[in-house]
Amino acid sequence: MLVPTAIALVFFYAPVDEDGLNQKIFYFHVPIALAAYACFGWGAWKGLVHLWKGKPGADLESYVAIHLGVIFGAMTLLTGSLWAKFRWGHWWLWSERQLVLFLVLFLFYSAYFMLRYSVEPGPQRANLCAVYSLFGVVLIPISFLAIRLANQYIHPVAFNRHGPQMAGSQFFTFCVCLAAMLALFAALYQFELAGKRLDARLKELRELLA
Amino acid sequence: MSTYLADVATLARKDLRLELRVRSVVPSMLLFVVSALVVFHFALPSGSSDLAAKGLLWVAIIFTALLGLTRAFVAEREQRLLDGLLLAPCDRSAIWLAKTVSMLGFLVVAELVALPAFALFFSGIDGATVAGVALANLGICAVGTVLAAMAVAGRARELLLPLLFLPLAIPIVVGGVGASVADEPARYLGFLALYDAVFAIISWASFEYVVTE
Repeated sequence: MLVPTAIALVFFYAPVDEDGLNQKIFYFHVPIALAAYACFGWGAWKGLVHLWKGKPGADLESYVAIHLGVIFGAMTLLTGSLWAKFRWGHWWLWSERQLVLFLVLFLFYSAYFMLRYSVEPGPQRANLCAVYSLFGVVLIPISFLAIRLANQYIHPVAFNRHGPQMAGSQFFTFCVCLAAMLALFAALYQFELAGKRLDARLKELRELLA
Repeated sequence: MSTYLADVATLARKDLRLELRVRSVVPSMLLFVVSALVVFHFALPSGSSDLAAKGLLWVAIIFTALLGLTRAFVAEREQRLLDGLLLAPCDRSAIWLAKTVSMLGFLVVAELVALPAFALFFSGIDGATVAGVALANLGICAVGTVLAAMAVAGRARELLLPLLFLPLAIPIVVGGVGASVADEPARYLGFLALYDAVFAIISWASFEYVVTE
């Protein structure tokens, strides 16, 4: 419900600024990126819950969140690349820090899948994945710092210490988009989780029958 | 505390003694790093700056470390030694610390050859680079040991470790190359120290879960 509203607001409500139409992509790019961070954070939190309390099912929840995070991350790379093309005329700019950070995270979490699918399912796999997801959330700020150290600074700053640098209607649209992306994440998360749980239950029943 | 350190010393001595008897890891690392530097000489067209060579030095160090780390837990898995270590009455993190110390030893030996070789083939090495290498070694070994223990649990061991390790090594490369080429290396060295501290703590705390079920 929120997603169509957000799309409608982006195209019909938000004013077009001096950048022209390509500025619209900002309303998708940034909320998707923030939602991806939320996915990774949630995945790591579930990993921590798994290690700490040994709660059954936390491993699956962590995996589903990180899976969605990788999808959102890939979309961030795609929209960011489009934006860079229209704004600066290049598909890829190493000086754009957020995109580089997402590339690093994308590689890191792709390796998460390699790890997960090369280990036999069981308690050890759950532990390994949880530890790796914790490394991931620590890597986010460290990589951010690293890329900041490595690069000069040309990414346009929309938020700074003086609050958002945009018009009220733009900010409102942005907030709706962010809420929409987070809602999309929550919905996909529940859906995927329900599917995976059903699969697991079905497998158990089959094993009981066999 | 003293028993913890004694456990670590015993375990690390076991690794070093094994290496002295079999001599498999360190000679391969030495040969690899020198070969890599020779390859890099031909990869850089004449007229390339010294800065490019400094960057490649870091590539050589990371890949040499990776070569050693790939072998770090192979004996433990193949000979079922890890089960014995887990049954031993010592803290599991002591196993991590001992392995990190022994890997650090191997890597330092490789670098004692690599840095003079680099100075001979390419350009001189300043104090900041040496400090950067020393700090980076700690981070590489701390993180690499945990990831190596993860990788041997999987089916595609040798394939898995580079995939797991390289994204985590990117900040090390940034800090190391920055320390080698920047005019003011202090902030890059500080960054490396921060990386070491953060990842050493998380590796130390999480290793137990990597090896137990």
